[in-house]
Amino acid sequence: MRLSPAASQRAAVAVMWTMTAATIGVLAFVILYVLARGLPHVTWEFLSRAPESMGRRGGIFPMIVGTLAVSGMGVLISAPIGVATAIYLTEYTRKGMLTTIIRFGADCLAGIPSIIFGLFGFVFFAVGLGMGLSILSGGLTLALMVLPTIIRTSEEAIRAVPQSFREVSFGLGCTRWQTVLFVVLRSALPGIGTGIVLSLGRSISETAAVMLTAGSAMGLPQSLFDSSRTLALHFYILAREGLPMSKAYATAAVLIVAMLGLNLLAYGLMKRFHAKAR
Amino acid sequence: MRQDRIIRFILMLVAFSAIAGLALIAFFIFKEGVPLIFQVGWRDFFLSSEWHPSEGLFGVFAMIMGTLMVTAGAMLIGGVFGLSLAIVMTQFSGPRLAGALKPVIELLAGIPSVVYGFIGVKTIVPLIRDHLGGPGLSVLACSIVLGVMVLPTVASISIDAFRAVPRSFWEGSLALGATRWQTTCMVMLKAARSGLVAAVILGMGRAVGETMAVIMVAGNSLAIPDSILAPVRTLTSNIALEMGYASGLHRKALFAAGVTLFVIIMILNTAAITLSSNRARAKGGAK
Repeated sequence: MRLSPAASQRAAVAVMWTMTAATIGVLAFVILYVLARGLPHVTWEFLSRAPESMGRRGGIFPMIVGTLAVSGMGVLISAPIGVATAIYLTEYTRKGMLTTIIRFGADCLAGIPSIIFGLFGFVFFAVGLGMGLSILSGGLTLALMVLPTIIRTSEEAIRAVPQSFREVSFGLGCTRWQTVLFVVLRSALPGIGTGIVLSLGRSISETAAVMLTAGSAMGLPQSLFDSSRTLALHFYILAREGLPMSKAYATAAVLIVAMLGLNLLAYGLMKRFHAKAR
Repeated sequence: MRQDRIIRFILMLVAFSAIAGLALIAFFIFKEGVPLIFQVGWRDFFLSSEWHPSEGLFGVFAMIMGTLMVTAGAMLIGGVFGLSLAIVMTQFSGPRLAGALKPVIELLAGIPSVVYGFIGVKTIVPLIRDHLGGPGLSVLACSIVLGVMVLPTVASISIDAFRAVPRSFWEGSLALGATRWQTTCMVMLKAARSGLVAAVILGMGRAVGETMAVIMVAGNSLAIPDSILAPVRTLTSNIALEMGYASGLHRKALFAAGVTLFVIIMILNTAAITLSSNRARAKGGAK
């Protein structure tokens, strides 16, 4: 039996919508599952206390500090480099050998698995340069890891700035650099901010790379040379050892809320960017 | 003007940091890992499944097979679901609905891999154990979890590929009387082909490289799995599991596993990049 074109379209659409609905269902399930089991255990004490007896009791305060330190450092190092690369690619060169090589490097870096970044950070930053398992090693490793994201999003944001803006600036006698600094970057800022926020989200979720570079010490880090366990790694260790499920769920809930918050922030920035570009 | 030249030069130097980083990574991973492959002999490294670090046996064949099996499973699930999400968003919904579906992809991509792994352990693993048998921690569980994790990659790159097809193709097909579904199958899938293949390849790269979620649901046994219900260990999870206590030759062997992984990923990356740049060139030529 052959279906008529209209009937086969109806069947195909039904199948694909079912799969799409299932995808949305999975997303909702994951978020609600974690929040429902975790949020009741997220108290002020949990957020502000240090863990006791390997995380069975107490809170996650040192891990929050560690996560912010490692991820913050990664993004702070990566953002200027990434934005400068994007400026060079968009404002200072035309398409050629050089840009092809730079893009190839960025695209390949984006595909390298986090465990490879971890191995590299371990042998280069921690052992080779003598930084040890520390916030510094972890931050530098993450900086390299999020660099392609920042380059790509900044590039898109800069390209979206209308050409007329630049022409007006040149017409007023500004140099290229003044134009970039005062006209292009200013208009592209919300778009660049979106990329930075998304990179921060990626850094916070990262586990394999920070495990091999920042270590898993549970104390409150005192300097950049201290080892510090991040939230995601703490969750992994709790979940694997299976001791206090309530603490594991609560940690996961904090991670999910942070992820949702950062995505919302990125969405808000993007909206502003589009409003501006129009 | 002189100032401008200096700035251009500084920016150019900075712009090389991504490729320099890639080169550094390659150099150090290879420097640590490659000597061991020669020391053990490449046959005994790549073609043997005997991984007993205490006895100096470092064969990664089982782990390579494990990686291939879970990647294939993940692509089957993530590829089909990701592609249909992309088709629904680009061919069968207006801008408003597509805009509402976009956050689904972003949030799925944003959930930490450890959370995926954990939920897999809590929900999928017991389901498999109770209804299909085996230990539950298995190739199947791993494929399902990885499938969900690669879905956003496949979907977002497929969407870009569909959007890059000139609108006139779509309109022309509809004007000839084809239904939207016929247009999708006969025109859009063909026109977006290289981009869609790139999406699948990049999704594969993601599945091959994923670590933490795999450790949690794969069971990590060292044998080559004889069914999809058997536990499995991948290249990545082996590194993450043993790096904490490995030293000497053992640590070098883990770097050698890293070399293997790096080479696989670079092949996939290069294929995907070449495919997308071909597409860009074809588009430029059509103008």
